[in-house]
Amino acid sequence: MNPGYLQISLGQLALAAGLLAVNLGLSFALKLGIERRLVVAAVRMSVQLLLIGYVLEWIFALDHPAPVLAVALAMAAMAGSAAVKRTSHRFAGIYWDSLVSVLGAAFLVSGVAFAGIIRVEPWYEPQYVIPMLGMVLGNTLNGISLGLENFMEGVAERRGFIESQLALGASRWEAAHPEIRRALRVGMIPTINSMMVMGLVSLPGMMTGQILGGVRPADAVRYQVVIMFMIASATALGMFCVVLLAFRRLFDAQHRLRTDRLVVASGSK
Amino acid sequence: MNEALLSAHGLGRRFGERWIWRGLDLAVGAGERVALTGPTGSGKSLLLRALSLLDAADEGEVRFLGRPIEPQAVPGFRAQVVYLAQRPALADSTVEEALRSAFAYSIHKGRRFDRERTVRLLGALGREAGLLGSPAKGLSGGEGQLVALVRALLLEPRVLLLDEFTASMDRDAAERAEGLVRDWLDAEAGRALVLTSHDPSQLDRLATRRADVRGAA
Repeated sequence: MNPGYLQISLGQLALAAGLLAVNLGLSFALKLGIERRLVVAAVRMSVQLLLIGYVLEWIFALDHPAPVLAVALAMAAMAGSAAVKRTSHRFAGIYWDSLVSVLGAAFLVSGVAFAGIIRVEPWYEPQYVIPMLGMVLGNTLNGISLGLENFMEGVAERRGFIESQLALGASRWEAAHPEIRRALRVGMIPTINSMMVMGLVSLPGMMTGQILGGVRPADAVRYQVVIMFMIASATALGMFCVVLLAFRRLFDAQHRLRTDRLVVASGSK
Repeated sequence: MNEALLSAHGLGRRFGERWIWRGLDLAVGAGERVALTGPTGSGKSLLLRALSLLDAADEGEVRFLGRPIEPQAVPGFRAQVVYLAQRPALADSTVEEALRSAFAYSIHKGRRFDRERTVRLLGALGREAGLLGSPAKGLSGGEGQLVALVRALLLEPRVLLLDEFTASMDRDAAERAEGLVRDWLDAEAGRALVLTSHDPSQLDRLATRRADVRGAA
């Protein structure tokens, strides 16, 4: 069978690893002291990817929705916790809020896209579901951590102003509204910026991957357009969801601002 | 004594293991002018914040007109019992917009920003109407306190909780601000004041009784 692309043998992988001689050479010559970490990172990357390749092959062969869903959930859980790890503040329940938001937004948007737009048959076809959901999750993760970070930082920074509004009779929603808007606005900018320059400054990874795989460029770009719209809407939805959940944690039912529930994350800059 | 307008019952606040105050009872009757006293760090400001329900107390409760305040009634309560923080926080806008903003809250629906009255209040504080057009961020600490006081008075509260409300003002401005607070108290029977001040003579001028946060009353 001719798969439409050049297959890479293990020997060729080893040859490619030889390219790292540049990094190792530089590290030795200039005494950068990063050889060990470089080797560990290279080995980890190769092993992780080779393993994932086998796992995916196995899942593709099973042709059953359960393992596809399991992988999707595992990816979502990792995205949810990774989003929180990047923020500089924490509050009790932040991991749940992030997980719920990532899960809800990515699955809802992907579901609509797979079932209603691309019309994947069967609905769980891993060839489409896993890579596309992965991309949506990865970007939703960015949106969620950005939204959370902006909201928490804004609330902490403008605490005095928010409380002065509450003290004059503003409801918690009225007092928090400007912060929520600010967080969402700032959080949407990266998506807009990346759409602006897509195809000009950057050739997106999924599209180049498809082209390498033998897909006609004209078809590959259509997939890219669809995934960008999915990413844009899932990011906005996830961000909106997580900021609302954070709002409910940081502004309690008594219309109080609870910055006492915010702690600075250990290990953040 | 009159029926309490605002009262604290067995109020307690702590940081970690240390209680700032505990078992604190305080009753502010209609028409009363109460000075909170106690050394620095005894939690006078914290008590004012607790009375306006901006902080969660660790024990006890605050009542308004003898009744506990339900969560959904908190904005309405705060519209009548206005707390003024020592450091005023105004919006990043003109002074006029900062003064207007509170009238957009649903709890003040039906009320309108009265520009003439605002100008009169500013005049009583020795400020020109032109101040309304200047950016709120550019105000000095004392001017910020003046504007915050005007903003609170425009809402015509029943109780004012003032935390060092003239701390950043010069002598003249502070006297005028005190005069404005007295005018507000005298304008309608039943209005009450709770304040803290580092200036004992200010407490003499404004308060009719004192309550020590360590012993409460």
